[in-house]
Amino acid sequence: MRRGILTVWILSGLLLGTASAETVRRFPPPQFETDYVMPTATEPPPRAALWDTLDSAVLLGTLLLAVWLIFFKRRRSWIVALMIFSVLYFGFWRKGCVCPIGAIGNVTVSLFDSGYALPLVVLVFFLLPLGIGLFYGRVFCGAVCPLGAIQDLVVLRPQPVPEWLETALRLGAWLYLSLSVLFAATGSGLLICRYDPFIAFFRLSSNSSLLILGILFLGVGVFIGRPYCRFVCPYGLLLRQAGRLSRRHVTITPDECIHCRLCEEACPFGAIHAPTAPWPEKTLARDRRRLVFLFVLLLFLIAAGGWIGYRLHPLLARANPTVALADQVQSMEAGLRSEPTDEIRAFRTTGQSDEALYAQRDEILSSFALGGTLVGMFMALVAGVKLIAVSVRRVRVDYEADRAGCLACGRCFAYCPRQRLRDNPAERTVSNTSLQKEAANA
Amino acid sequence: MNNKPNQLSRRQLLREGFWTVSITAAGAAAAVLAARSRRPSMVWQIDPFKCIGCGRCATHCVLSESAVKCVHAYSMCGYCDLCTGYFDPDPKALDTGAEHQLCPTGAIRRRFVEEPYFEFTIDESRCIGCGKCVVGCAAFGNGSLFLQVRHDRCLNCNECAIARACPSQAFVRVPADRPYLMKDQR
Ligand code: SF4
Ligand code: SF4
Ligand code: SF4
Ligand code: SF4
Ligand code: SF4
Repeated sequence: MRRGILTVWILSGLLLGTASAETVRRFPPPQFETDYVMPTATEPPPRAALWDTLDSAVLLGTLLLAVWLIFFKRRRSWIVALMIFSVLYFGFWRKGCVCPIGAIGNVTVSLFDSGYALPLVVLVFFLLPLGIGLFYGRVFCGAVCPLGAIQDLVVLRPQPVPEWLETALRLGAWLYLSLSVLFAATGSGLLICRYDPFIAFFRLSSNSSLLILGILFLGVGVFIGRPYCRFVCPYGLLLRQAGRLSRRHVTITPDECIHCRLCEEACPFGAIHAPTAPWPEKTLARDRRRLVFLFVLLLFLIAAGGWIGYRLHPLLARANPTVALADQVQSMEAGLRSEPTDEIRAFRTTGQSDEALYAQRDEILSSFALGGTLVGMFMALVAGVKLIAVSVRRVRVDYEADRAGCLACGRCFAYCPRQRLRDNPAERTVSNTSLQKEAANA
Repeated sequence: MNNKPNQLSRRQLLREGFWTVSITAAGAAAAVLAARSRRPSMVWQIDPFKCIGCGRCATHCVLSESAVKCVHAYSMCGYCDLCTGYFDPDPKALDTGAEHQLCPTGAIRRRFVEEPYFEFTIDESRCIGCGKCVVGCAAFGNGSLFLQVRHDRCLNCNECAIARACPSQAFVRVPADRPYLMKDQR
C-alpha cells in the first residue's frame, strides 16, 4: 500500500514540477498536535576576524625578526628555526592561506571587479613583504614564506644550474604571473591558488593531483634548490624587483671581502657572483652596436608577442566558466552533443536565454583578446629586456650576493672566514698555533 | 675601488629614482586598496536556489571530507512519512533499514513525531555533502534539504575548489557576519 502511495507521489512530483532548484511547496507544513517544537538548523560561524588581525601581526613580527636575524645576528641556525616556525604557523596552522603569492590574484580581482571586497588581511599580506623588501631585500623569502621554507629544508644535494638556463626558466614564472593576472582580471579563477604545490601538505589533504605536484616539487628540490621559488613563483618576481632597489642587501661577509673564494660554491641557488674580469675597452664600439640592434629587435619581439597572444586568446578564454558553458550550450544546440552536461542542465534551470549567454561570452572573449595581446607583448618585453641585460656591462669587485636572486637563506654566512672569526674568535688562535707548529716542523 | 665613478653614480641615481617611485606606488596602492577593502571579509557559500545537487561538492573540496554538508530547513519540510529525500526511489520497505535509504552514509535520521509525521535530521558527522537527498527532496518534496558550506569546517580557501567545479556556478562570496544562505530565510 505504502509503495503505491510513494509511486503516486513520485508521479505527482513529475507532473508538478521538474527537478529545478525552485522551491515548490508541494506539501503543506504540518499542524502538530503534540507539543513538538520544530528545531532550527545550526549555523556555525566562520573563524573570527580577530584571527586575521593576529595573522597580520605574526607576519609583521616574523618579518622584523627575519631582518634582525639575517642582517644583524647572521646565524643560519637561527634563520632555520624561524623557517620552521613559519612552516608550522603559516603552513600547517593557517593551512597555507592567506599568502602573498595567492594575494596577487585577489588584488587583481579587486582592481577589475568592483563588486569584490578585498579583505584587509590579504592587502597586508600582499604589501608588507614588498614594502620590507624595498628596505631589506627578500627577507620574506629567507625565513617567513612557508612555501620557500618547506623547500629550503629539503635542499640536500643542490646541483648548479647554468645561468642561461636559470634565466630562461624564469621566463616561465613571468608567463605564470601574467596569465594569473589575466585570469583573475577576467574572472576566470585564481591560478596561483589552484596550483599551489604545497597546499596538499599544509592541509593534510588527500587530493591526489595536488599531492603529486607537492611531492614532485620537493623531490626535485632535493637536487635543484627551491625550484618553485626560482622558476615558478610570481610573487618572487615582484620581490626580485624590490630586492634590486632595496636600501640594504644581504652581504656574504660581515666586513670586507678578502677574495678567499671560499663562498663561491656556498649558494645552492646560484646567487653568488664572482668579481668581474676587467671589461676589454676595445669592444666598446661593438657593444654599442649590439645594444642598438637589440633595441630594434625588442620592438619586433613585442609586435610578434602581441600577435601570438592575440592568436591564442580563444584557447585561453576556454578557462573561463561562462565561455566554457556557452560553448557547451552551443554544441548541444548544434546537435554535436547528445547528453546534456550538468552545466547545461543547471543553465536550463536558470531560464536565461541562449542569446544572453552568447552575448556574455562575446564580451569575455573580447577582454581576453585585449588581455592576451597584452600578455604576449609583456612576455616579449621581458624576454627582450633579459637579452639586453646580458649585454650591459656590470662591474663587481667583490664576491656578492645577487640582489634579485638571493633568497636571504643565510647559508653563505658561515663560509666566510671573516664571519667564522666573528662567531668564534678562538679559531684565530687555533689557526695561529697550528701555523706556528707547521713553521717549526719545516 | 670604483674605477668608473661616473657610471656608478648614474646607476645609483637611477636606483634611487626607482626606489622613490616604488615606495610611493606601494603607499598609494595601499591607500587606494585599503579604501576599497571593506570589513567584514567574505566567505564562500552555496546559493541553494542555484545548486542542482550534482554531487561534486562531495568530491572537489580540498578537505578529504567535504566542508559542504546537508542542512535541513525544518520550517519548509512536510514531515512526510514517505520522504523522497530519505528513501531510495524504489524502497523494499518504509523503515530505517540502510538498504532503503537514499543517503549513502545513512546520515539522515528519521524519527516519528506524531501520526502521520516524521522528523528528518542530518547527522553532520556522517554527511559527505553528496547532494543525493537534495535532489530527491527537490524532485518530489518541498525542497527543504539543501547543501551549505559549513563554516566550522571550511578553510575559506582563496579560490574554493568546489566553486571552480560547480556546474551551476552556485558558489558565491557572502559577508562573514551573515555566512549562510538558508533556504527558509529568504
Ligand atoms: S620566491 Fe615565492 S615561494 Fe619562494 S620564498 Fe619567495 S615568495 Fe615564497
Ligand atoms: S643568503 Fe643568498 S647568496 Fe647566501 S646562500 Fe642564501 S641565497 Fe645564496
Ligand atoms: S557543485 Fe554546485 S551544483 Fe553541485 S552539489 Fe555543489 S553546489 Fe550543488
Ligand atoms: S544524501 Fe548526501 S548530502 Fe544528503 S545527508 Fe546523505 S551524505 Fe549528506
Ligand atoms: S572553500 Fe575550501 S574548504 Fe571551503 S568548501 Fe571550498 S574547497 Fe572546501
